[in-house]
Amino acid sequence: MTNELSPQYANELPMVVAKNVHKSFGHNEVLKGIDMEVPRGSVVSLLGASGSGKSTFLRCINSLEKIDGGRIWIDGELVGYKEKNGKLHDMTEAEITKQRIRTGMVFQQFNLFAHMTVLENIIEAPINVLGRTRKEAITRARELLERVGLASHHGHYPMQLSGGQQQRVAIARALAMDPEIMLFDEPTSALDPELVGEVLDVMRGLADSGMTMIVVTHEIGFAREVCDQVAFLHDGQVVEQGKPVDVIGNPQHERTQSFLSKVL
Amino acid sequence: MSTPNPRIDDLEKAAHGTGDIHSVPVRHPGQAVAGALIVVALGALIWSVITNDNIRWEIVFENLTGATILRGLGTTLLLTAIAMLIGLTLGVLLAIARLSKNRVMQTVSSGYIWLFRGTPLLVQLLLWFNLALFFPRLGFGELSVDTNVIITAFGAAILGLGLNEGAYMAEIVRGGIQSVNRGQIEAAAALGMRQRHVTWRIVLPQAMRVIIPPIGNNLITMLKMTSLVSVIAVPDLLNRAQAISAKNFYVFEMLIVATVWYLLMTTIFTIIQMQLEKRFDRGFSTTSPRVGKRLAKNLRPGRVTNTELLQVVQEKSKE
Repeated sequence: MTNELSPQYANELPMVVAKNVHKSFGHNEVLKGIDMEVPRGSVVSLLGASGSGKSTFLRCINSLEKIDGGRIWIDGELVGYKEKNGKLHDMTEAEITKQRIRTGMVFQQFNLFAHMTVLENIIEAPINVLGRTRKEAITRARELLERVGLASHHGHYPMQLSGGQQQRVAIARALAMDPEIMLFDEPTSALDPELVGEVLDVMRGLADSGMTMIVVTHEIGFAREVCDQVAFLHDGQVVEQGKPVDVIGNPQHERTQSFLSKVL
Repeated sequence: MSTPNPRIDDLEKAAHGTGDIHSVPVRHPGQAVAGALIVVALGALIWSVITNDNIRWEIVFENLTGATILRGLGTTLLLTAIAMLIGLTLGVLLAIARLSKNRVMQTVSSGYIWLFRGTPLLVQLLLWFNLALFFPRLGFGELSVDTNVIITAFGAAILGLGLNEGAYMAEIVRGGIQSVNRGQIEAAAALGMRQRHVTWRIVLPQAMRVIIPPIGNNLITMLKMTSLVSVIAVPDLLNRAQAISAKNFYVFEMLIVATVWYLLMTTIFTIIQMQLEKRFDRGFSTTSPRVGKRLAKNLRPGRVTNTELLQVVQEKSKE
């Protein structure tokens, strides 16, 4: 098995490639050999019951969790490890952070910095990680706030916003780092039903702009309309992957069928 | 059931024409009685102190703002400030070390806290003061100085108080850091922030909210603990008060002088602490009443009703 993919094929390479990914927490094996390819500019949603490993897999892509087996590549670059003379070495903190800048992540609980205003939340990392000037960062932040429909809320603290507004700020904050991929971990699961739409609208816009996205979600409607591919996970493995029309419209695997019959 | 079922018409009739509710609040006669008893007892005590012929109040007033006492007060405040600064700095560093993934730092931090929390402050002060008996000279060979040049009484006091405080502060800061939601750290990491950046910019500012109240307590404790240094002949407030009473023999009067100053200082610190708490509550709450209001609340006759609380909340949200 080759670990380093040739860079000359980088343009045709899928943005994310996962091969036989394993991850255990103690004795509990959560990922049991995940294989997946996420083409550049595509939107892939991960479906599955809770505990199926979809969130864990997402967190492995930006090294929030460290994988125990298999390989993940982003744009042909091995995630979390580097290979020297046929041996794997753990990445240093600096190397991991450098890699993380390429992916943006949106969490179920928003996780906006509670002690900072909306604007401060967005400009913090661009200034201190990317080394942008404050002025540049603010200009970009205002553009992004405009884009998520919250231009007038820059001075608010997260506590003063609704869940939907907080999540849209969180998306703007992730976009401010100019990521190549966006990871969404159940972005609408903590929202009141009437607020789900505004977040999905922003995500739909983002998908239309050509961003590569991996979305863990329970919103089957969103998966069907917006996603290019759907992967169904069960018990730490991908049991079915394909176009939404096929996976959602005509599921082949028994697990997928029973899951969809419950949520549709 | 013995109560007859009311009909919906009856309820509508009963509700007809009623406006805002002005109900009679539940009375608490016990509180009033206890309050009255305490006021009487306190009054009697104060009266007995004021009218006590054994206390020469003019000596108290004379010395309260005397140059010697004020210099002592200055020393006490200076000691408190420097020791607190050392304690706070050490505490933050020790807490970060304790929570780091670096096992060497973890062990050093735990060992430090074990040593300095495990021995009495008075003993530590005496050890620092007498360091010259153990290490007559500090430094290496040619580059050494007489220990007593560095470890003066004041130096020993600073070291003793500051290093001891560091150990306690470390535990406070650690608690504060651990109270910050893990999601905050993950979000920062996902944005590509380095560990150090996450600690100083994301975690510590939020930990402050939890850390400030106990730091305020420690500051007040520190102010009072500085009185221990009078045993190693540092001219602090208590030491000066005792020095005066050694000459004029008004022991109790001079102790009252010291007490009045200590009490005044702790009161001021308490007010500052409340202001700070409010400042660091930013982004977490919309309803912390002003310090003055909070103090007044407990002194006002009657109780804070829900309507009053609601008013405070509404005022706040308007701001």
